[in-house]
Amino acid sequence: MNAQHLQPTGSAYFIAKETERPENHTLSVLVDNEPGVLARVIGLFSGRGYNIESLTVSETEHEKHLSRITIVTRGTPHVLEQIKHQLERIVPVHRVVDLTVRSHEFGQERPLERELALVKVAGTGEARVEALRLADAFRASVIDANTEHFIFEITGKGSKLDQFIAIMKPLGLVEICRTGVAAMNRGPQGM
Amino acid sequence: MSNGQSERREMPRTEMTGAEMVVQALKDNGVKHVFGYPGGAVLPIYDEIFQQDEVEHILVRHEQGAGHAAEGYARSTGKAGVMLVTSGPGATNAVTPLQDALMDSIPLVCLTGQVPTSLIGSDAFQECDTVGITRPCTKHNWLVKDVNELAATIHEAFHVATTGRPGPVVVDIPKDVQFARGFYVSPQIAPRTSYQPKVQGDLDKIKAAVELMASAKKPIIYSGGGVINSGAEASHLLRELVDLTGFPITSTLMGLGAYPASGKNWMGMLGMHGTYEANMAMHDCDVMICIGARFDDRITGRLTAFSPNSKKIHIDIDPSSINKNVHTEVPIIGDVGRVLEDMVRLWRATAKADKKVLYPWWEQIAKWRARDSLAYKMNNDVIMPQYAIQRLYELTKGMDTYITTEVGQHQMWAAQHYHFEKPNRWMTSGGLGTMGYGLPAALGVQIAHPDALVIDIAGDASVQMTMQEMSAAVQHDAPIKIFILNNQYMGMVRQWQQLLHGNRLSHSYTEAMPDFVKLAEAYGGHGIRCEKPDELDDAIKEMIAVKKPVLFDCRVATLANCFPMIPSGKAHNEMLLPDEATDEAVANAIDAKGRELV
Ligand SMILES: Cc1ncc(C[n+]2csc(CCOP(=O)(O)OP(=O)(O)O)c2C)c(N)n1
Ligand SMILES: [Mg+2]
Repeated sequence: MNAQHLQPTGSAYFIAKETERPENHTLSVLVDNEPGVLARVIGLFSGRGYNIESLTVSETEHEKHLSRITIVTRGTPHVLEQIKHQLERIVPVHRVVDLTVRSHEFGQERPLERELALVKVAGTGEARVEALRLADAFRASVIDANTEHFIFEITGKGSKLDQFIAIMKPLGLVEICRTGVAAMNRGPQGM
Repeated sequence: MSNGQSERREMPRTEMTGAEMVVQALKDNGVKHVFGYPGGAVLPIYDEIFQQDEVEHILVRHEQGAGHAAEGYARSTGKAGVMLVTSGPGATNAVTPLQDALMDSIPLVCLTGQVPTSLIGSDAFQECDTVGITRPCTKHNWLVKDVNELAATIHEAFHVATTGRPGPVVVDIPKDVQFARGFYVSPQIAPRTSYQPKVQGDLDKIKAAVELMASAKKPIIYSGGGVINSGAEASHLLRELVDLTGFPITSTLMGLGAYPASGKNWMGMLGMHGTYEANMAMHDCDVMICIGARFDDRITGRLTAFSPNSKKIHIDIDPSSINKNVHTEVPIIGDVGRVLEDMVRLWRATAKADKKVLYPWWEQIAKWRARDSLAYKMNNDVIMPQYAIQRLYELTKGMDTYITTEVGQHQMWAAQHYHFEKPNRWMTSGGLGTMGYGLPAALGVQIAHPDALVIDIAGDASVQMTMQEMSAAVQHDAPIKIFILNNQYMGMVRQWQQLLHGNRLSHSYTEAMPDFVKLAEAYGGHGIRCEKPDELDDAIKEMIAVKKPVLFDCRVATLANCFPMIPSGKAHNEMLLPDEATDEAVANAIDAKGRELV
């Protein structure tokens, strides 16, 4: 998913030296939930050489058939502005909000971002006890288990999930599934 | 949206088949002509077309031809062009004109047949993933699986194609949907989606622009295809703005004709093969007003050296064009026509411009102009390509003339030496640079303007890409004139090989050239060959007089190069001028870094 392209964006022929530094931004994109809409969004990113670090999508307003896509992308401020405008050109896209820019406007460092992971750990004896103890410390809950394995459910910032997974590795980590980032801005205002 | 739906329930709805709906929807959207090619997956629609005569179908010889014809039709009328093709190969053949229309912002509605819904995904005969293939080369596309959504979708397709920044759309219609019966809704009551682009410019921004313009000492207006897309009123307002301000004006390839070439502030086209005065003025200006253009790489040259000391105003309906390649101080998002209306009004009301302030700037421009950058060496034995265009212009300028082109040197010479007084008279493939565009585009223009003189200024290589549409022209009594600047080379490729690759002319010679005169006759058209400068005028007059499609084989100097030129990777003030372009200068014009660029 993380298409690593050499060229940032814009004209393929005259690439001005990038003096700006790339940043991670989280975008919320409100779209009509119609066939192919995700392909349009993803096609835009691959076609124009933008990065996708994380992507989540689900219908959020059923009566209006609206889905909300959350994309974490990486680029210079100039590229990020282009990404927003290019997304807005897609006909079934209603609104694009750069949550990161928004949070800065509110004087915050970043928007609220959460991710969910399912982590399967197999083992017996001391490792098994240790895994359970650590899961408790991370507020991960056990959603399936027998005498040889656990499946933990954990939510939190991406960094917390990374850390939890790293700790589980020597304790019998079998598989991981992560949802990608869901995000919104703090405060009473809507997107 | 909910409004539209409740209204719809109250309206009497007519029951009909999907195929009938297609034809009805075309009528209701004001369509008079459709360019197309039949096949299994569109037979029901063709059957409906057969049984009426309000919408005329123009049969082409290849779906690419249908697309370019529809583009020419659209560009010359300001209305949407419509094409109809079958599934599978019909749809894939439409891809080139779709991308062409996307890059040049041409409203093009493409209806494609599809295999029945029950067979989609089964690798059925002549199945292809049309919406998947055309997704990146359309503004939007739809696969219609329910006959009750067909009419509204086609109306929406016309709406999306023609509003905002115009572009191509595809409506893919499975064969069972064409046979199915359902309810038709008219465009007036069909539900609208959220697509409502912003057309009115922000007044504060326009005020800021007018202030900046009023303070300019070295201003330039750089206009583009957006002015033409915006409609006749926008071109009119552009002329008014130029008159009011007294600013010099240049234009992109796509924008030619919006301001008349005979206008006293006209500086000629800018960009890679633009005039010296236009490019120098772009480089040295203090205020640049970009109107409906997009700072394309053919225009800017090396970005880091592009107009280094100017403040830039950019009017565009597409927010993604703003700050894409070049930073703009005053961005104005909106329809060019609407914004110009406000701008002209504000200028009249507030700006106390003293045109004397611009005198030194005009003096400087006069010096650049005196370099006569479009000059070439006349020859009495062989026809110089520039001379051929000049004669064509002189002999046709008083007439109701439309010009299309193919892609290559001839296209640039046409842009430099044919002069346009009105918008919508110049059809060329700018963004995609599609060889084979001009002949079918001319067919489309001629269908829209049956009594006009429609000329495709062609190259010997390009014209062979869609030559088969001569047959369509003959069938439909479209007396298009194909004026081939036959240099026996893919001249533009040869020129680049000379500039970049030690003059090793790898596969750029047009071997086994057909006899264009015989070819014209074989198609049932008229052929003319001319090899001598002193016979050219009579030959052109003959071409104009013939009321049939004509292939004019104009034999021109084989090795002429197209100048002036901004070599790739160079700045506007590093142009290569014709009188300086010795073989050595040409060979060294592009350094190693520029070589990677196209
Ligand atoms: C479909 C397509 N293929 C290849 C090219 C690359 N190309 C650009 S100009 C050119 C040569 C055109 O030759 P001709 O039509 O004879 O025009 P001339 O330059 O000689 O006037 C070619 C091959 C193109 N623009 N389009
Ligand atoms: Mg040629």
